[in-house]
Amino acid sequence: MTTRYTKDHEYIRVEGDAGIVGISDYAQSQLGDVVFVELPSVGKTLSKGDEAAVVESVKAASEVYAPVSGEVVEVNSDLESAPGTVNEDPAGRGWFLKIRLTNPSELDGLMTEEQYQEFVKSIS
Amino acid sequence: MAEPAHSDQPLLKTPLHAEHVALGARMVPFAGYDMPVQYPAGILTEHNWTREHAGLFDVSHMGQAFLIADDKSHETVAKALEALIPADVLNLKPNQQRYSQLLADDGGILDDLMVTRVGAPGHEGWLYLVVNASMKEADYAHIQARLPKGVSLNREDELALMALQGPSAAAVLAKLAPETDDLPFMMSADVQIGGISCHVSRSGYTGEDGFEISCKAEDAAKLWNKLLADPEVKPIGLGARDSLRLEAGLCLYGHDIDTTTSPIEAGLIWSIQKRRREEGGFPGAARVQREIKEGPSRVRVGIKPEGRAPAREGTVITTPDGHEVGIVTSGGFGPTVNGPVAMGYVSKDVSAVGTDLHLVVRGKPLPAKVAAMPFAPHRYKR
Repeated sequence: MTTRYTKDHEYIRVEGDAGIVGISDYAQSQLGDVVFVELPSVGKTLSKGDEAAVVESVKAASEVYAPVSGEVVEVNSDLESAPGTVNEDPAGRGWFLKIRLTNPSELDGLMTEEQYQEFVKSIS
Repeated sequence: MAEPAHSDQPLLKTPLHAEHVALGARMVPFAGYDMPVQYPAGILTEHNWTREHAGLFDVSHMGQAFLIADDKSHETVAKALEALIPADVLNLKPNQQRYSQLLADDGGILDDLMVTRVGAPGHEGWLYLVVNASMKEADYAHIQARLPKGVSLNREDELALMALQGPSAAAVLAKLAPETDDLPFMMSADVQIGGISCHVSRSGYTGEDGFEISCKAEDAAKLWNKLLADPEVKPIGLGARDSLRLEAGLCLYGHDIDTTTSPIEAGLIWSIQKRRREEGGFPGAARVQREIKEGPSRVRVGIKPEGRAPAREGTVITTPDGHEVGIVTSGGFGPTVNGPVAMGYVSKDVSAVGTDLHLVVRGKPLPAKVAAMPFAPHRYKR
């Protein structure tokens, strides 16, 4: 199991040929209270960098981009009634969607946990 | 996730800047100032605290100024200001406050402001103005250029302004200045709060009972901390200030009102007293009077999305069959309503409360209805 991060603060936790996508703890703390999450339909095909979901705080709407290309195989519909879960447990119950990777080599272009923590330090 | 844009311009600081930083606030640029958007509690908690207890806001970035008649006559200063705004200033009682708008010649709104007839002894012929931070330089220049001889504008850049808002505000302030308890809505008084000279008005921007308190910049931190020492009071940032005013149906300049909107379209006719409606004599009076008589072609309304998705500023409003009829000017999540709320301008024919509309959010039409404002009931001290 490997977790990789984008510079836009999405994470993907890869298990086999699929990965769980969410936003980092840093991202949720920057957003503030999440009040609405819009998820893609299961079956949707995304290219790396496509808008995968929308997360809205009291203040503003932000896009969540697909960290890699693939097909959406599952979404966390619990977020529709409990969007605050993104704040409470971003790496766990606050996940957004599960994507089946079409090109696992795209993971090589993403940051490791250590690299991401360095990156967050450099911008905060 | 996109990063917010940053400006390289040096930001101004209010006299309470160090207090915000010490409280752990997240500071953001707003109207040229480095301001607290939220404290560690977060916007939802701050919003709800203000509705249930009392919130303390730093609004020192706003422009405070006095308009002063050399002849010490209220009539002189009132007439000078009435040439620029549609409110009845002449009939203000000492210490009475009114909400109004600086109007352009075409009836568009240059800014909105609060006007108070100063009641302190020796200040006959003085009006106290509070204008928006983002517009203060333009407002002062506009006013200055249009004043008659014998009336001058004194900007007060060394004053702080804070707002104490919420159902506990009156009890909190009464412990420090008992005479504020009886102050009616939109009246003001000069009081001492723990040895600090303050000008207090019963007003605000949240829909709750509360006060706006002006004091010298050098006393601001002391007053701020004195108020925060009460367990009923918590600091509230600009984020919750915006969600509170949106639920209260109050306009934000540059969003819900601007140079393209008239006070009648904006639903602000209540702020134009009968004498001024009839007599005119303010910039844009012809348009205002015509719109009062014939009705404006578009009006500001409340809009309640039926789902959970917030509709933000700029969202296109259509009829259910897809005809574009307006635009959202403020929208977001209302914590007290526990759902999305918005306001915007729509054609008169689709402005009745209950009318079905669509909001085009990220390309998808979402059902919504015209709703009565405020979304959260006003609880002013009448």
